[in-house]
Amino acid sequence: MTHLDTELQLLKKEIISIWTLVILQLKKTQDSLLRFDKDLSREVILNEKRVNAYELKIDRDCENIFALYNPVAVDLRFVLAALKINNNLERTGDIAEGIGKFIISNESPFDDNLLKVTQMIKMFDVSTSMLLDVLTAFENEDTALARSIFKQDEILDNLNLNASSVIADFIRKNPDKLEQALYILSTIRKLERVGDQAKNIAEEIIFYVEAKVLKHKKDK
Amino acid sequence: MESTILKSENFSAWFGEHQVLKNINIEIPRNNIVAVMGPSGCGKTTFIRCVNRMHELTNDTRVEGSIFYTKNDIYKMNPIILRRFIGMVFQRPNPFPTMSIYQNVIAGYTLNGASLNKNEKDEIVEDSLNKAALWNEVKDVLHRKGTFLSGGQQQRLCIARALAMKPEILLLDEPTSALDPISTAKIEELLFELKKNYSLLIVTHNMQQAGRVSDRTAFFYLGELIEYNDTKEIFTNPRNEKTQNYITGRFG
Repeated sequence: MTHLDTELQLLKKEIISIWTLVILQLKKTQDSLLRFDKDLSREVILNEKRVNAYELKIDRDCENIFALYNPVAVDLRFVLAALKINNNLERTGDIAEGIGKFIISNESPFDDNLLKVTQMIKMFDVSTSMLLDVLTAFENEDTALARSIFKQDEILDNLNLNASSVIADFIRKNPDKLEQALYILSTIRKLERVGDQAKNIAEEIIFYVEAKVLKHKKDK
Repeated sequence: MESTILKSENFSAWFGEHQVLKNINIEIPRNNIVAVMGPSGCGKTTFIRCVNRMHELTNDTRVEGSIFYTKNDIYKMNPIILRRFIGMVFQRPNPFPTMSIYQNVIAGYTLNGASLNKNEKDEIVEDSLNKAALWNEVKDVLHRKGTFLSGGQQQRLCIARALAMKPEILLLDEPTSALDPISTAKIEELLFELKKNYSLLIVTHNMQQAGRVSDRTAFFYLGELIEYNDTKEIFTNPRNEKTQNYITGRFG
């Protein structure tokens, strides 16, 4: 095994670590929302520092690999993909933190019916499942699995598309719960972004394994 | 569409019984820099030595197939004439040790018995040294020995000597492998300039150099041309697994 191989393996391990942490952050946010557990949200906010530290470390490691090893071909594509995956994961981490802050700001538990009509649990489940699937695709260099993400993202897009009218309807019926309805709407928007980020990551996996650029292409 | 200045067709070469080049088909576009890379013994140096008919100077060698310089089969040309069109620069700078810088530049003419008057000689010397980006550094010491120069300057002197014969193609066999990084950078800069007027074929072990200077890259392995493509493609998305293994250092 070459020195570069060793460095690339370490980089891969670090990315898997930040990835696992971000998925855990999102899961905790979901639990915190459903149980209205503000302490769990505070934990998420605290752990965001770890996500940021990972991001900086991975950025620095990529820089060092470029400077010291001049990677080419699949190695170059891997490091380029690693940088972008890292960036997307950090932003997903930010989203988990942002949702955590909404939960802390809210004074009473979220209305069960609101969570039901907006299909919040489904949104969390789909976005978490997308992140898990792209992680598996990354670990196994499985581009078929990476491509399956694009279909899953459509579920989030549709839920997001319907959210405005669903929320408006809820507010009309429950004007006293206006504030939490708006928090939920923002959360939906954020989870839709998680789907986009998972999709970006899937594109990076396909780029590094197959050398194909899918970004901005309609037909993937 | 770029025109082709050099083309090999099913070209093979042997040292005795040992076949060192196997059916090489390659086209070199005019005013391009083409890098030839591959592990030691892959045939890359033999290939460029065949291009200006130096391979046959070794005993017990033979070739099959054709190499065309424009439309001319080089094996049907007079090798002395051919070498005026296709110049060569070697790995180690090799100025003639007994000659001055001036004499080194016009050595191709004097050794071939050409009679030039002083003005013609002066013009060739200044023009060639300018093209080799050496004139400003040596114009006041033209009559000192070529070996008095630094390694990088000596190599540029050798390039000037090759350019003095007004070639169309310049073959460079690892021209910077004996030089420090600053001299290497100067030669690489020079190659970019030379590309405007010449076509260059450079053998290099330094993959970063191939990436930096060449337009197209050929990868040779065990006497075969494995892959030949735009340098950007070779270094970002090589099509052949052997190329990928070589450039990523996972060979063998």
